[in-house]
Amino acid sequence: MKKPELLVTPKSVNHIKTLIEAGADAFVIGEQQFGLRLAGEFSVSEVEEATNLIHKANKKVYVAVNAIFHNDRLEALDNYLKEMQRIGVDALIFGDPAVVMAVRELGITIPLHWSPETIATNWFQANYWNERGAKRTVLARELSIDEVIEIKENAKPEIEVQVHGMTCMFQSKRSLLGNYFLYRGEVMQIENRKENKNMFLHDKERKNKYPIYEDLNGTHIFSPNDICLIDELVELFEAGIDVLKFDGVLQTEDYINTVTNCYRQAIDAYFEDGEDAYESIKDELLEKIEEIQPELRPLDTGFIFKETVY
Amino acid sequence: MLQLIENEKIREVVNGKRIITKKPELLAPAGSLEKLKVAVHYGADAVFIGGQEFGLRSNAGNFTIEEMREGVEFAKKYGAVIYVTTNIFAHNENMAGLEEYLQAIEGAGVKGIIVADPLIIETCRRVAPNLEIHLSTQQSLSNWKAVKYWKQEGLHRVVLAREVGAEEMRKMKEEVDIEIEAFVHGAMCIAYSGRCVLSNHMTARDSNRGGCCQSCRWDYDLYETVDGEEKALFDESDAPFAMSPKDLKLIESIPHMIELGIDSLKVEGRMKSIHYVATVISVYRKVIDAYCADPENFKIKKEWLEELDRCANRATASSFFEGEPGYEQQMFGTHASKMKWDFAGLVLDYDQDTKMVTLQQRNYFKTGDTVEFFGPDIESFKFEVGQIWDEKGNEIEVANHPLQIVKFKCERPLFSYNMMRKENI
Repeated sequence: MKKPELLVTPKSVNHIKTLIEAGADAFVIGEQQFGLRLAGEFSVSEVEEATNLIHKANKKVYVAVNAIFHNDRLEALDNYLKEMQRIGVDALIFGDPAVVMAVRELGITIPLHWSPETIATNWFQANYWNERGAKRTVLARELSIDEVIEIKENAKPEIEVQVHGMTCMFQSKRSLLGNYFLYRGEVMQIENRKENKNMFLHDKERKNKYPIYEDLNGTHIFSPNDICLIDELVELFEAGIDVLKFDGVLQTEDYINTVTNCYRQAIDAYFEDGEDAYESIKDELLEKIEEIQPELRPLDTGFIFKETVY
Repeated sequence: MLQLIENEKIREVVNGKRIITKKPELLAPAGSLEKLKVAVHYGADAVFIGGQEFGLRSNAGNFTIEEMREGVEFAKKYGAVIYVTTNIFAHNENMAGLEEYLQAIEGAGVKGIIVADPLIIETCRRVAPNLEIHLSTQQSLSNWKAVKYWKQEGLHRVVLAREVGAEEMRKMKEEVDIEIEAFVHGAMCIAYSGRCVLSNHMTARDSNRGGCCQSCRWDYDLYETVDGEEKALFDESDAPFAMSPKDLKLIESIPHMIELGIDSLKVEGRMKSIHYVATVISVYRKVIDAYCADPENFKIKKEWLEELDRCANRATASSFFEGEPGYEQQMFGTHASKMKWDFAGLVLDYDQDTKMVTLQQRNYFKTGDTVEFFGPDIESFKFEVGQIWDEKGNEIEVANHPLQIVKFKCERPLFSYNMMRKENI
């Protein structure tokens, strides 16, 4: 059995070095003009620097171009894709079919990963985008374990599953924080806070806290809990899921380092020493994560063991 | 203000007069067979409905295949067509039964389906090739290159994301030869459609399979965290954080939409009442027809705007059509309110000789009430209800039984399907 890839989100070029040591196999980087909800902001020259570093360590680097594009960014997208081709990144993460079109037109040879977040819900779509160049599908986080397994059994492309971190549950093109302050005549409040990513919405009825921030792509609202599957990985391992992703958006470098290392240990234990080895360390790994888990962010298992109705 | 640029491609000289001959389709929602018939009767060129599977709005009245067939037959008499929404993003468990369902829709004479998931697109192409395929707004289609992608994939029409503005639409029309459908009226998603799972997290209801519980309409409190401390970003006197958008209303931008060459103008609201559908469709019908018949002298009438206002339950705004919407296009501290007017009765018959109207009661009214009649074949007028009789000819003072058949005298002629409404006091 092949080890799944451990994919993480660095905050800076320097952070990548630490994460390589912590055991990451692959990295998602990019900038908000083209990519959504990234842990760090990487300019083109930083992508180049990061790529050299990552390739030297024999690891992979993927660049996010998964924004919902409007006409006004298409030209810049073309130039960006050409730069990525020149730099030689290992994959482009996309959701908008405009990227498929641009890649065809420009003769870009970088592989594609299809990641539209909420809408990647069945294996047919995975195969559909595979026929159009996507060698990987990043699954929606709103799926159950049975759905994930069935998709893996029927999908031609590689399957990536998020195993840790928060998930986006809402993206609006509107400036919802800015609008709230403007409505109250407090334009300075948002000017002072624009770059901050420390706000949350309190849902009194559910006692939940939803992180919220604004950037070039609009307003983003996140799940009240962080997914943590560190002690629930066996079914994913057995199913042969190709990639386990830890999304470190809105987390500190220290947190990302520790969690990355915990998943490294879990994967290595299972694939090098067998299921028992994993079983014997998983509670300890969970405790390690719980120790550093921010108070505001309860851990849960996302939708993996939760049923949704409609 | 947007500049109105004349579009030569939609004009022709008819009887010595330059008019617009490429009229956009007026597309109405319908949650039931009755609403479908009303929409068509009040001037819709096309109606979109939901079936019992694969569609969003699991709470909306949804059609059986038999009802679809009846709807198609009814619409055909008016030259109108029916589309069926099959716009869920399927999970594995939803995949079974799709082929039979699409074939049944095709067999019912439906013209096309509105669809987001490539699973349904590809299956439809294979098993029900006579159905047109329209890309749903759930795909958040926001740029011309993606429009071109779906054109190359053989789709007949695309419904744009609600975030697309007029100039973006113009570019899409210039770059790609495909039918474009855009929303002109109704409730809005504040998120990119398809990219919101608030409902999944807050109520375990899957928004992308029809379970949306409209969490975006709720109130929240905004805080910031500074050095681990939570700090409120509101005072008790402030309205709470809200992201509830005002409803879309582009009635005054219809000339722009027509000049842009938009092929279908869509009214949202499969959950709305027949009163709503009738009112909105009749007003948009009048505006489209008036502008196309004489674009140079077109002026929007005050009565039309007032009429449209009668069935509104939220404040309205132009959303993204003219640019990025600001705070004034959201609702803070207020929620949807009751409509200013209630649907009170549906005209079943009118006797020209006795001036007697036969009406099906839809809401409480009584002798002495001032009501308003409206319909596609009359000018709206106000009227004071006199003596009322029940079906058996007994005089009554109050019509208070739902769907009860009553009669009263009205000097001005009425036609079946005309509606009677009453002001909400």
